[in-house]
Parts: sequence; C-alpha cells; structure tokens
Amino acid sequence: MAASASVEARLLGAMVPVAHRVVSRVQETTDTWTLELEPLGERIRPRAGQFDMLYAFGVGEVPISTSGDHDGDGRLTHTIRAVGAVTRALCALEPGAVVGVRGPFGTEWPLDEATGGDLVVVAGGIGLAPLRPAVRHALARRDDYGAVSVLVGARTPQDLLFVHELEAWRGRLDVEVDVAVDAAAPGWHGRVGLVTTLIPGAVIDPPRASALVCGPEVMMTFVVRALVGRGVPLERIWVSMERNMRCAVGHCGHCQLGPTLICRDGAVFPAAAMTRLMEVREL
Amino acid sequence: MHRLDELIADAPVFAGLGTGDLTLIAGCAQNVGFEEGELLFREGEPADTFYVVRRGRVSLELHTPARGGLVIDTLEPGEVVGWSWLFEPYVWHFDARAATPLRAIAFDGACLRGKCEDDKALGYELMKRFAQVMIDRLQHARVRLLDVYGGVGVG
Amino acid sequence: MPFGPGTVILRPRRDVDQLPTAQSDTYVMAPEGLGPLVETLREEGYRVVGPTVRDGAIVLEELTSADELPHGWTAREEAATYRVERREDEAVFGWAVGPHSWKQELLPPRVRLWRAAPTNSGAPTVDEAPAPARPLALLGARPCDLRAIAIQDRVFLEGRYVERDYAQRREGAFVVAVNCGEPGGTCFCASMGTGPRAETGFDLALTELLDGGHRFLVEVGSERGRALLAALPVRVATEDDRAAAASVSEAATARMGRHVETDGIRELLAANLEHPRFAEVAERCLTCGNCTLVCPTCFCTSVEDVNDLADGSAERWRSWDSCFSTEYSYIHGGSIRRSPSARYRQWLTHKFGTWFDQFGTSGCVGCGRCITWCPVGIDVTEELAAIRATDGEVDRAQAG
Repeated sequence: MAASASVEARLLGAMVPVAHRVVSRVQETTDTWTLELEPLGERIRPRAGQFDMLYAFGVGEVPISTSGDHDGDGRLTHTIRAVGAVTRALCALEPGAVVGVRGPFGTEWPLDEATGGDLVVVAGGIGLAPLRPAVRHALARRDDYGAVSVLVGARTPQDLLFVHELEAWRGRLDVEVDVAVDAAAPGWHGRVGLVTTLIPGAVIDPPRASALVCGPEVMMTFVVRALVGRGVPLERIWVSMERNMRCAVGHCGHCQLGPTLICRDGAVFPAAAMTRLMEVREL
Repeated sequence: MHRLDELIADAPVFAGLGTGDLTLIAGCAQNVGFEEGELLFREGEPADTFYVVRRGRVSLELHTPARGGLVIDTLEPGEVVGWSWLFEPYVWHFDARAATPLRAIAFDGACLRGKCEDDKALGYELMKRFAQVMIDRLQHARVRLLDVYGGVGVG
Repeated sequence: MPFGPGTVILRPRRDVDQLPTAQSDTYVMAPEGLGPLVETLREEGYRVVGPTVRDGAIVLEELTSADELPHGWTAREEAATYRVERREDEAVFGWAVGPHSWKQELLPPRVRLWRAAPTNSGAPTVDEAPAPARPLALLGARPCDLRAIAIQDRVFLEGRYVERDYAQRREGAFVVAVNCGEPGGTCFCASMGTGPRAETGFDLALTELLDGGHRFLVEVGSERGRALLAALPVRVATEDDRAAAASVSEAATARMGRHVETDGIRELLAANLEHPRFAEVAERCLTCGNCTLVCPTCFCTSVEDVNDLADGSAERWRSWDSCFSTEYSYIHGGSIRRSPSARYRQWLTHKFGTWFDQFGTSGCVGCGRCITWCPVGIDVTEELAAIRATDGEVDRAQAG
C-alpha cells in the first residue's frame, strides 16, 4: 500500500507573482512615482486600504498599498517611494516593462462602516497614497457621508502628492481640503505646521465622525491624540500600521505586531487596538 | 459689553480672565486690517504691538541672504502673533506678514507692559498664558525637526 | 482570493483516518520487529527518517536499517548541557529529544520555491519546486514533537493561504510515534499538555517496555498503520502489557525536569510587556538564536530573490530566519527591535502568549530544547515564573 504521493489538486503557490505590464509611470515628487499596471494573466483587485506585493524581476518584492481605484479590468495603481534597492528598481521601470504582483493582501479602510456620519481623512507624507482610494470612494458616493474633510501633511510643498487631485477636491464645494507643510518654500501661501494643527479647525461634528489616518507612526500617534482631544470617539478612528513584510501570507512571522500579523489582520487597524501597542517601545 | 471686549474674551490666549482684566486689556486694543503681503512687524524692530488673528493667516518669516524670506510658521484665526513684547529686550525676532487679507486685533504691548508692572496679578496671568503659547510652539517646532516624513518612517 | 479561477486549495491527507485508540487495537512487538518495520516502509517507497547517534548527539537522519537506531544510548540534558551516554541496557528510545525536530524535514532550512525565466512574450515562465520524490516516514516522533507538527499545520495549512512546500512534504507522511519513558532534564511536556503520551496524530505509536522483557506496546492509529502491522512480527497485547505501558507513562509524567504554570499565561505576558525581567535576561542572552533553531514550532522564514546574470533567470528561495536577528524587524531606516531585551521579549511573548492570538494555540510544546541548547542556559520556565511572581512590575527605562 503506497502512500498517496501526489497532491490532491494542483495549487498555484501563494509565493508566485502574477505578471503585469507597466502602462504608465508618473513622477509625483523627487523620489516618488506612480505606476499603473495592467494584468497579463490573472486579475488582482485590491480594495482601498489593501496592498499588493510588487516584484522587480530578480531583485525582490515590497508591499505597496493600492493608490488607485478598484477597477473592473484589473488595472492596478501603486505609488512607490524609492528608498531601497527594490523600490528604486520598480521606480525605474518604463512602460512596457514586466512586474510581478501578488495580492491583494490585508484589511480595507472601513468605508461602509463610516457611512452616515462625517469622514475625516488625515494623511502624512506618502500616507496620502493608501488614502486616496478611500477619498475617491467617498466622493463617488458623496451622499452616503456627512461632511468630508481631507487633512494633508507633508515635509515641504514639493513633497505633496497628487497636487492636481487635491486641487480638484478643493474645487468641489462638498469637500474640505486642508494642507500643512513642515517647512515652506518660496511661493507657499498655505499653512506651515504639523498636520495636527489642522484638526481643531476641521469642519466636522466629532461625535458623528469617522477618521482614517495614515502616515509615519509618530505622526499617527499625535494625530489620534488630537482627534480624540477634539471629541472623535477612539472606536471610530482607524490607522494603517507597518512592519517588516516578507511573505504577506501569514507564514514567515516577520510582520508581527504584538498579537497581530499585519499581512492578515492589518495594515488597517482600529486605533483602539493599536494605542497600547504603539506606546510600548520596540514592540 | 463693548464689541471689542467680546472679541478679546473669545481669544483662546485670554481664556479664563476676569471681566476687569479683560476690560483693562481692551483698553489697549483696537481692530486693524492688513492687505495681503503687508508686514505686521519686522525683525529687529521694537516689540510694542502684538496681535490676535481674527480672519486670515499670518506667516512668520526669517529673511536670509539669497533665499529671501523663509516662512517658518503660519498663524491662524484665534492665534496670537508675537510674545517678544512681554520679554526683554522687547525686540522682534522674526518678520510677520499677512499671508492673506487680514483682520486682527492689535494690542499696545508697551501700554500693557506698564499695566502689568502696576498690577502684578495681571502680569502673572498674562505670563502664564503666553508661556503656554510658547511651549506649544516649541513642541511643534521640535516635532517638525524630527522630519518624520523624510527620515526614518514613511507612511 | 489572489489566484485565478481553477485554483484549488490543497488539503493533504493527515489524520483523515485517525482511529481512536481502542484497547482491542494494541499489540506487542519484539525489538527485532524494528528491522522489518524500517524495511517495509522503505519498500513501500517511504523515505524513513529517524534518530541515530552522530557527532555526539542523537539526531534525525534518513535511516537505511533499524541498526542505525540509537540502541543502548541515552542523553543527559540540563540547561546548556547535552551529553550522550551509553546505557546499561539496550533500550532504543531511552532518551527524550535531540537538537533536531521534524521541521528539518517538513520545513527544510533552505528551499527553492520557484525559478522564473524571461520569455519574449513578456510574462516569465515560472517553475515551482516539485514535491519530494518519496513521501516521508517519521520514525520515533515524540508526543511533544507531534503536537509541534500540529501547531505548524495550523500555521501553514489552516490559514487563508497554504504553504505549498510544507503541504507537499506533509502530504501522506507516515508517523510512527514513540511515547516517552525517560523524560529529559529540561522536559515539561506535562505542563503544556502535550505528553508524555501521544493520543493522536500517528499511524502507529510505540511504548518501549523494559521490565518483564524488552518489547514494544504498539497502538494502531490508522488503517494504514494497521495494514503495516501485517508485515511485522506482533502478537496481541495482554492486560499486563497495557498496564505496563500505562505505568511507564505515569512514571514519566511524574519525572518531568521542569514545570510551567500555564494558567492565564497569555494575559500575564500581555500585561507585562515592560517588565524589568526582560532587561535582566538580555544581560545574559547572546541573541544567538539557538533557541529558535532547535524549537520545533519556530517557523519564521525569510525570502530571498536572486537572479542569474548569465541566463537572466530568477529564483526565489525560502530559508530559516530568527526573530533574534536585527534585520528581522527592519523597516526603512532601522530595525524596530534593536535591543536584545526587545528581541527576547518578542520570542518569549510570542511563544507563550501572542501565538494564541494569532493561531489559537500555545506555541510551546514543552520539549525543553531551548533550555538545553541555550549556550548560557536561559530557562524559559524560570523566566516565566519570575514574571509571574512579580506581575505588574514596570521598568520604563528599558525597552521592555
């Protein structure tokens, strides 16, 4: 009696990327590019808040949030900051180049849960990229939400992402857009200061508001405090956390943050679950 | 109550002051307006007048060779512009410019200084409030120095 | 679901036909029966892996015959101490565990996941690593190690995604368990509820009996286990044989080298993340990672992408990793867990605490290997007891 030596069914390994082709490459800032990808095979459909693992052939993989719309024909939009070998390789790809994609992974921004009340979106630096699909989603279903307020912080005016889109949102009469930079440049007539300084003046009714926050962990800690100080219930605030990510499928252990695996239980988390974890150093 | 009194009572920096003190302060105050681009005060000038923003935005600038005026901070409605009037050597350290058309309340700092010398209790109350303003600004400036967007840690 | 239509989730055969151990299903086999046991498994196409003495330790290797088993050997274990010694009898399994666990076989230290070659059409072709040529037979799996396999099954097979390589190796693995008669000096399986007897997860389970004649009680755990017995010299077990096996297990339970109070341990650790004990351990801990290497449940791996400049192909490899390395928690600019105390805290609190949150079980099976193989003899049972004794102490000056 021989043991069953063959597997019961063919399985496409969860570690195999699916080929996509670069359709467009747009430079956003000195070190950030947005790539639009079209599928060459299977389609991947990340929802706002989710991320894909992008593979630069022979170089490596990185987790990048979706920064565009959930699209029927499988096109992907990813905004990438070139900070290491893999991201630099991805940002150098021209239209026509092939990229590997695995995904979608992780949790979504709770856009359905946030309906019926005001929506505050607070983005710091590259954190605006994972939040852009959330804002677009809300604006496409504008009546489902009360006041919509988009608060953006960046290092300098040149580091602002999606400037034209911010202007377009600002041009709508039903969205409040406020921007603050840490350091101004000549010609900047806007606010200078931390993004937290935008919270006291945001036009929202705090007890009825939901908040989506994304940016460096230090920034998110201050922002959550400021939102709670303004009266937004902690249970209605969501943050996006980050740790070292390798496999993205819950098998390698790297993305652990206390009791959670970010690839599976995050990156979007309720702030209430994160405040204690963010307090403990080196967790 | 005088309309100016009401505006002053609403300003966060004067929160909690008694009516007597507010009236006294109002006696040193007047409504003012600036056009966009106009200077409120210049670095090096005697710090005799300070402001509370009512409508519009004020930018604090430092003038540097080659790069001109660099905005280091902006102040929004309700915020106080200038504390050097209360501390020696009573000289401004920055330029303050109307970044937009501006309406503000201007306070005669020299006059108020005199009143604080006579009424130490009032002086202490104002010291506490302006010290708090400075602490907040300092904390913000320190966090901005961390350069969280540029250095370690990206969203 | 990230894969296209037509992808099917693999569910390997394991415990599918696990039988409850019935009294009528116990047999007795002489030690000479081990030879035919190994031979028959090999003839049926299995790669038989079991214990053997090599390089001063009892390790797990492929066996070609039962002669290679550690007849007459034992191992003395204490914190930072491991010594093989000759016994006065010829007991085959008179020891507890060695430095190897079954993750050597099921989650090999370095594995190529796939190779991709560029094509003219754009999308590269991808070849995933095939299943091993021969299925695995585990000979001499300890109850603690069987629980460790079940714990790793939970991680790799029962989550949203299946670990393909692990599933292929796990598929159809034949398990001959061996119940423990001689716990090691660092064992605490009784505290963790994982031994010294295996209740489930095996095709056959052996209990070595020395008193009243050297023999093995054999329990049948599956139909194919029963079928294998047909090729072996066995007789039906008597009441006395079963009683002898039961008393071996009882005696082993009473002779555990260590003990852990597991009541509320998850909450205890979650509430003591800033306990000063972590800084204290860090003064001894070398962050060498030995504990993670020998631990049968530690599963952390790293992924490496390489390319061949000659032919333009690329490969992805998976290799063991350890939370004790500084790169483990690296994100642009630096590592989250820089200090040794933060890294030790991660390991201890994950193993005994947050593993429950992540996978619904404890991560520890009480095998004691981490205590034995720590070069400075750090004892997890001692560390846990110390934290429990001073529950609530906080030292904010340290990282943890």
